[in-house]
Amino acid sequence: MNSARPGDEEPTFKRALEDRDERAFVELVTRYQSQLLRLALVHCRSYAVAEEVVQETWLGVLRGIERFEGRSSFKTWLFRILVNRARTRSEIEGRSVPFSTLATDEPSVPADRFLGPDHPEWPGHWSVPPQSWGSSPESELLSKETLELVDQAIAALPPAQRETITLRDVEGWSSDEVCNVLGISETNQRVLLHRARAKVRAAIERHFDPDLP
Amino acid sequence: MTTTGVDDLACKDFVELVTEYLEGTMSASERARVDAHLAGCSFCTTYLDQMRQTIATLGHLPASTVDPKALDALLGAFRAKR
Repeated sequence: MNSARPGDEEPTFKRALEDRDERAFVELVTRYQSQLLRLALVHCRSYAVAEEVVQETWLGVLRGIERFEGRSSFKTWLFRILVNRARTRSEIEGRSVPFSTLATDEPSVPADRFLGPDHPEWPGHWSVPPQSWGSSPESELLSKETLELVDQAIAALPPAQRETITLRDVEGWSSDEVCNVLGISETNQRVLLHRARAKVRAAIERHFDPDLP
Repeated sequence: MTTTGVDDLACKDFVELVTEYLEGTMSASERARVDAHLAGCSFCTTYLDQMRQTIATLGHLPASTVDPKALDALLGAFRAKR
């Protein structure tokens, strides 16, 4: 996770780029390149295509820096350019999925893990409860195997959910930043995040306990 | 809605409220209702722990490596615009 430094150097980025300050440009690219790549991958079928989209984004920044008025943060502006390019690219390639996936209402946990509504004593309570994963933060959760599994679980998400969980939980952005870059309301963002987190949790749980229903 | 602290929340409903709970976007009365449920339900407390652990794990995914050739190409484009 990148520690979010406050954007106090941000206004200088515009001037530095307009002045063709090569060092500032390298610093910017180094700072944001892997985050840009990760977000581009949500929409691109291959790593190579995602890299192209990131390159196009930076070229777009160089072309458009004069028109950047600082009404949003530089970071928001940069990632909006990327998201637009990546989404356009996936439309051209016919991979586009309708952005809103809010229509379907999937439960976070399968219904058969709870007692039915007509249970005399405990309607809607756990019948197959979750088992503790242990409390140590350096547990199996951070093993290479688990991290790979989490990566695959994210890759399997619908694009809107994947964008949201990537920016919020993988990159550690605030919900305001995510809403601005993705152009979604706070409520939508929360629903997308909720669905995405539920699926990743379920994937980890199944990994630790393959016999679950 | 009553906020007497009596647990009237089903576990099935709790799991759908967990994100709002963690985001801190609930009203005080809803939050009290969830807290009352958690106080009496070790299973949902485990579920909440798992969700926190899931989020922490997501923050540990390794960053993708940046191809140095990409940076060279960008620098080329940058200098060409001079």
